[in-house]
Amino acid sequence: MTAAAVEELCVSDLAEAYRRRDLTPVAVTRAYLDRIQALDPRIDAYLTVTADQALAAARASEERYRTHSELGPLDGVPVALKDVLCTRGVRTTCASKILEHFVPPYDATVVERLTRAGALSLGKTNLDEFAMGSSTEHSGFKPTRNPWDLSRVPGGSSGGSAAAVAGGLAAAAFGTDTGGSIRQPAAFCGVVGLKPTYGRVSRYGLVAFASSLDQIGPLTRNVRDAALVLRVIAGHDRRDATSIDALVPDYAAALDDDIRGLRLGIPAEYFAAGTDPEIDRAVRAAIDVLRGLGATLHELSLPTTDYALAAYYLIAPAEASSNLARYDGVKYGLRVPGKDLVDMESRTRAAGFGAEVKRRVMLGTYALSAGYQEAYYGKAQKVRTLVRRDFETAFADVDLIVAPTTPNVAFTHGEKTDPLAMYLNDAFTIPANLAGIPAISVPCGFTAAGLPIGLQFIGRALDEARVLRAAHAYETAAPWRGRRPNLG
Amino acid sequence: MIERGDVEAVARLARLQLTEAETERLREQLSAILTYIDKLRALDTDGVEPTSHAVPLVNVMRDDAPEPCLPAEAMLANAPDRVDEFFRVPRIIED
Repeated sequence: MTAAAVEELCVSDLAEAYRRRDLTPVAVTRAYLDRIQALDPRIDAYLTVTADQALAAARASEERYRTHSELGPLDGVPVALKDVLCTRGVRTTCASKILEHFVPPYDATVVERLTRAGALSLGKTNLDEFAMGSSTEHSGFKPTRNPWDLSRVPGGSSGGSAAAVAGGLAAAAFGTDTGGSIRQPAAFCGVVGLKPTYGRVSRYGLVAFASSLDQIGPLTRNVRDAALVLRVIAGHDRRDATSIDALVPDYAAALDDDIRGLRLGIPAEYFAAGTDPEIDRAVRAAIDVLRGLGATLHELSLPTTDYALAAYYLIAPAEASSNLARYDGVKYGLRVPGKDLVDMESRTRAAGFGAEVKRRVMLGTYALSAGYQEAYYGKAQKVRTLVRRDFETAFADVDLIVAPTTPNVAFTHGEKTDPLAMYLNDAFTIPANLAGIPAISVPCGFTAAGLPIGLQFIGRALDEARVLRAAHAYETAAPWRGRRPNLG
Repeated sequence: MIERGDVEAVARLARLQLTEAETERLREQLSAILTYIDKLRALDTDGVEPTSHAVPLVNVMRDDAPEPCLPAEAMLANAPDRVDEFFRVPRIIED
């Protein structure tokens, strides 16, 4: 085994190779840093590469393996972190000019847990500014390109993390999913992306976008890696009052159980006219594979699906407008001087925020302003209840819902200039966020043009184990396992 | 439909200084987005309770005991402007 082909290895391969002394964490970290240096100028997945810290952590990990005191399956595994996760002493920008030079004084809980498990960070990945977007074109610094086709977007907002995993620039990566920001880029980049149950993973140290929806999760080469990683990052944290105090199961242990008798719901609304026919075909073929593995199929309806997007684009911007009020040029971040406090704040935010962030702050402020709050924000919260009830009704009869992750595959840079057209990309991912339930995207084929297609499994709250098991069963049976982009 | 005056009023609330061109573009874009959002009116939500959070939340209590916190210097390290242990801002109160 050689470190020259690190991009071929998944997280569980690495741990195994380290234990057998076939590879060392330092050699693998160097190999990744070399790949980043050679390939990232074309992909632009990273905003910050922390080579020195990564190598220092790799040496410490190597010492642990040498003395047989390794910390578990993530020890010495090089990962990438979406640049909304606070990292002590390492610039955390949210891909925004307003935080261009912000250096957090503390680590996010997720970062702390990964460090404690021996994982090491290669750096911070690009995103749509403050995680608002579906293409990573709205980064305040640079767009990221899709490793499968550099003229296309990687999806978003966790586009840098998805591109890093797809391009072999990290063994695994972390993203956040507020309306699909892990699953949609995972689908676009042909990797696995898991959004856990709301509250399953602590949000402490995650820069807030929409607090009732935000959730951190992994982007990985395969489902087993997602299971391994989730176990490390999940669990209660007293520093996040919304984190759930529930046992964290050994997700990987039950991965290989068969799925005979598993009841899969197929929602009619996700196979409607707007879905790309190639996606429709690929997802139906995947569902046939699942039936072949012993799952039973149940057609059903999630009638509020068509309204979820509209509700989301009131709730998320409303929460964002409140969360982003903190960027006022006083305590951290950019400051543009003004003639008084309000003038200073208004100039600072005008210079620091990009067009999409301004649009959402405006939309959210409008939806919460006097006279409109009940008609917009209040109405959206009631629709959110209906979305949740749709799933409750469905899950009375089925164990999981299976559907496409996105209505379309990766589009070209600059293709979607109309904000609303961009928002419609999230139609199939948003409902799970509104309901707070777990969902995963797993590759299920390619279009004739060679672009990845994502299959989505949605489960009951805290039922990640079953979501992962079904996705793993499908992945194991799927013929494109191991297909990788050609980066020369 | 949103008027220019609405955009300007919301921008003041949001503390965003907008250019003329931005104001007009936002008027058009917000109008289009809100027109789309208006489809929610078609949905009957009478008697439906609002959902503010997907998971049931209760107040989280803890003992009111002092705990270690980050040193002031660490919190001031990112300050755009400071004097001693304070963030400096433009004068708010008139003489």
